Amino acid sequence: MKKEDLPQDPGALDNFTREVCYVKNKDGKYETALSRGWDVKKDALDNAWVEVNGRIEEARQAVINGEKSPVYYFMELRLMDIPLLSGYTGFLGFFVKRHFKPSVFKGLSDRKLSKYAAAFDITLDELKNFKG
Amino acid sequence: MPYDSQIEEFHHVQTAHCENGVTTALLRHNGLDFMTEPLAFGMGSGLFYIQIPFLTVNNGPAISFRTMPGAIFKRTCKSLGVEVKSKRFGSPESAQDFLDKKIREHVPVGCQVGVFHLTYFPKEYRFHFNAHNIIVYGKEESRYLLSDPTMEDVTFLSAEDLSKVRFAKGTFAPKGHIYYPEKVGVVTDDMIRKGIVKGIRRNVRDMLHIPGSFAGVDGIRHTANHIRKWRDKLGIKKAGLYLGQIVRMQEEIGTGGGGFRFLYAAFLEQAATYLQDDRLIGISEDFTKSGDMWRASAIKMAGVYKGRLTEQSSFEDIADRLVEIRSVEKEAFQKLSKLNLGK
Repeated sequence: MKKEDLPQDPGALDNFTREVCYVKNKDGKYETALSRGWDVKKDALDNAWVEVNGRIEEARQAVINGEKSPVYYFMELRLMDIPLLSGYTGFLGFFVKRHFKPSVFKGLSDRKLSKYAAAFDITLDELKNFKG
Repeated sequence: MPYDSQIEEFHHVQTAHCENGVTTALLRHNGLDFMTEPLAFGMGSGLFYIQIPFLTVNNGPAISFRTMPGAIFKRTCKSLGVEVKSKRFGSPESAQDFLDKKIREHVPVGCQVGVFHLTYFPKEYRFHFNAHNIIVYGKEESRYLLSDPTMEDVTFLSAEDLSKVRFAKGTFAPKGHIYYPEKVGVVTDDMIRKGIVKGIRRNVRDMLHIPGSFAGVDGIRHTANHIRKWRDKLGIKKAGLYLGQIVRMQEEIGTGGGGFRFLYAAFLEQAATYLQDDRLIGISEDFTKSGDMWRASAIKMAGVYKGRLTEQSSFEDIADRLVEIRSVEKEAFQKLSKLNLGK
């Protein structure tokens, strides 16, 4: 890539940093240059977030409809999956899946629920009282 | 304030990729002023390609354009006769105690961290990715002073937040992983030359001779074959997300990306000077070409996830481009292999 072709597209990086890129200068030698961003990447990232937000919204609806427990919703909200949530809480995947059921969730002890609350960075009350 | 400590004269280095940056900055801090990001990347045989079978990351294909996390630091140091200390911990408390001890000894250290809880990162970039690398170079009251190589300037984190990112869970969980050069001896030009040659040879091996069809240059064709099927198998929406993931792994910060083909081309340019061998300049051009082709294919992929390209022919076109990239990279590594460097 030539130095003059380096994209400078504004995006989520703008208030954070510019990124280093290796580009060819006029003499055909490599040097580093700073880029604000590239729309091709920005669109990929935006698209990933549309998908994530869709999953979160679906999970919220599932809680409202009584199909899933708040554990499921907050897992999606925190971009987690079962193995990851299992890593943060110490519960086996099999149990995490069970805790998605509203009927099972209702019977969980505060001790177990606080593990989930800690993994999600929320309070115990927020987890218990989430209605969708 | 007895615990206040800052390592004087630590110079922040901004780089395209975090592990290169930590390696470069720590080696320079230890007196190896010649170290550059391309050199660290090349001596560490950083260029790679793999699509890990049966694994998905953030609901997409698990693809990497670079070698295993930790390998660049380890290999580059070893080539230069630098002894390395690397430690993981059973508990956040012991991890913090050790870190505090190193800061009191005025030793800046590399830390592997997860990105999700990295509070200074923009929210948009915070996915569960655990192979990010930063340098801790000091402590001010209860906050740690950090040098994140992907950033233009230094930053900081509270003790609590640092502990959280050092003990992120999931794939590549860091477990408090800390690493730094422990003993740096005299590095001669001859050692640098040998390190460069070794780095190139190992990279040739990794890209051309790794067994299986999903890694090395053949891995690129493996992904191409998948892409041909994605439209029918996954539907256009999910196929777009998968392609977006490839683009992000290729170029994005916080995911391990960083335009590695250009970086390798820059390495070969520097290698040509060290080895006084102009043949390497020609091969550097091949990697520049490959880097340009990866970017051109990314633009095509963007056409799909932007909803502009929807036909199977577009997927075939993208796949064909990847097959072509494979041949360019394969040929370039074959040329490197035939150079008989250092003989």
